[in-house]
Amino acid sequence: MNTKSVWVYVDHFKGEAVPASWEAVGLGRSLAGQLGGSVVAILIGSQLDPVAKQAFSYGADELLMSDDPSLADFRPEAYAAILSKLAGEATPRAILFSATSRGRELAAMAAVDLNTGVLPDAFAEDLLGEELVVTRSVYGGKLHARVTCKARPALVTLQVRAFPRPTPDTSRMGEIRRIPPVLSENAIPARVVGYTQAESGVSLADASVIVSGGRGTSNNPSLTPPAGMTEKDAETWRAQQGFKLLGDLAAVLGGAVGASRAAVDAGYIPYPHQVGQTGKVVSPDLYIACGISGSIQHQAGMRTSKVIVAINKDPEAPIFKLARFGVVGDLYKIVPELIETFRQRLK
Amino acid sequence: MIGCRRVGFSKVTFNQSHKPFEKEEALKIVVCVKLVPDSAAKLVAVNGRASWGDAQMIINPWDEFAVEAALRQQEASGGSVTAISLGGENARDALKHALAMGCEEAVLISPPTPEGADTQVTSQMLAAAIRKINTQDPVLLALFGRQAIDDEMGLTAAQTARRLGWPSLTLVSAVQSLDQVARKIRVDRSIEEGRQTVETTLPAVLSVMKDIGEPRYPSFLGIRKASRAVIPTWSLADLGIAAPIPVVEVSEVMNPPVREVSCELITGDSPREIAVKLVDKILAEKVL
Repeated sequence: MNTKSVWVYVDHFKGEAVPASWEAVGLGRSLAGQLGGSVVAILIGSQLDPVAKQAFSYGADELLMSDDPSLADFRPEAYAAILSKLAGEATPRAILFSATSRGRELAAMAAVDLNTGVLPDAFAEDLLGEELVVTRSVYGGKLHARVTCKARPALVTLQVRAFPRPTPDTSRMGEIRRIPPVLSENAIPARVVGYTQAESGVSLADASVIVSGGRGTSNNPSLTPPAGMTEKDAETWRAQQGFKLLGDLAAVLGGAVGASRAAVDAGYIPYPHQVGQTGKVVSPDLYIACGISGSIQHQAGMRTSKVIVAINKDPEAPIFKLARFGVVGDLYKIVPELIETFRQRLK
Repeated sequence: MIGCRRVGFSKVTFNQSHKPFEKEEALKIVVCVKLVPDSAAKLVAVNGRASWGDAQMIINPWDEFAVEAALRQQEASGGSVTAISLGGENARDALKHALAMGCEEAVLISPPTPEGADTQVTSQMLAAAIRKINTQDPVLLALFGRQAIDDEMGLTAAQTARRLGWPSLTLVSAVQSLDQVARKIRVDRSIEEGRQTVETTLPAVLSVMKDIGEPRYPSFLGIRKASRAVIPTWSLADLGIAAPIPVVEVSEVMNPPVREVSCELITGDSPREIAVKLVDKILAEKVL
């Protein structure tokens, strides 16, 4: 294997590839093309033959695969041991990961083993001669930084949805090299003992459409809460009706539901939905903010969305400064009509 | 009954490496904090570097959750919490905040060049500091916030764990149980696909999420204690390591390109009319 090769770690969960992995394979192809090297996909897990096939169809030339029951769950110590051993022997130019929770942790650990650095959350990447230069956002997206890694291989995690996903070509094939696991079961400290799936099927990071709600979801005087509720409970109940409505709009658009910190802190919706500096950072094609004023902290989590739509009663709300389209009005009046209209038009 | 030893029901074990009843171990927790510009600060790039003028510096908001998690664990299982921070003299402010919240001790780790420290440097120095504390009191937990809001790397917890050879549990949203005797911890982690329960051995490194618990406000007494606290500084020589070499270089910090958006307000005589116009506009953007 030559040192011009670009490696791509293919992230997966419960036997299925995380779609952002193919964005990484796509970028790997273009970098390898410029360097005159090949794209090597790294697959660590259990029963991943179908994913291996996909990796070739998205652009991998070669596959290093460690497939073992002990690797069924992502356990960073076990995965890092394999990746570091392989990369230590072959010294690729760069290893790309998608910036998922697993990709980031694996890159972090492998960097320690390989005595190199991680350039996390790249949204743009250039080759300046021999050197890989990554652009990433810092300070909640208020600034951009160009960073490089002086050691090799450079480990780069890619912001999800920042790079194009290639069109798969199922006729592409390649060679699979099978690698035994490095750690035995009793040398792996962690055990995954339970898992509860997120309520919505679509993960916020992957969603191409996000419909988000804020404080404004509780502001619907025409809803009558069930008798006997305290004022606070009635407010939460109203907001939850609002989020149901947003959920319906998200469903019509095949998207996910987000929320502002204010809505999460008020107990309207659980924390995994929070978008912003202390929540998730998302970058969908379409972001519809309903009843969200748009604090700096919220903007940090969604400002790179392609098209932002704001619906808010307050014409002075900062969210309108970021939005491509705005409606000054009541989300409870507009959203039901949006659901209806999209339903007809997207048939 | 002061000094009463715990009496166990388990059989006496002759395994030398496992002597849970030999000594009542106090639980030592280390929490790592960082000083960052306030999230509301105005940031601009000046000569290729980030500048925040005279904006306030605060403890990294994610690290406040780590301090909270440390204090809750200490309240539940006894022991003490030491806060450590890597940085220049002003990093003392982050440590003082942690002390005011209720941490017992604080140590400032002084890097050779705070400016160019990447996570490679940071994790080596933090791991060395945790090892040093560990030689005095056995450390069972090292806690981090999920990431710093300035450079947003989110790597230091996992890298410090790797250097210590301790298990890494990132993105923890709840500690379900911690058994000092059996040296086991069970936590819930928030991952993209949902919530995962993981069990591992102690000592361990954790990075925590917001749902670990709302950070407490420093009490009046806490603030007074913090203002009087003597915070020692540990240099490379104190840590007994050579100067770590950074590998990640920030070549330039830039102002992001100005987003060419002017918001087009959609109006109409009825919600239906507005919705139809808006849907037309969105479909014309070809994002669906």
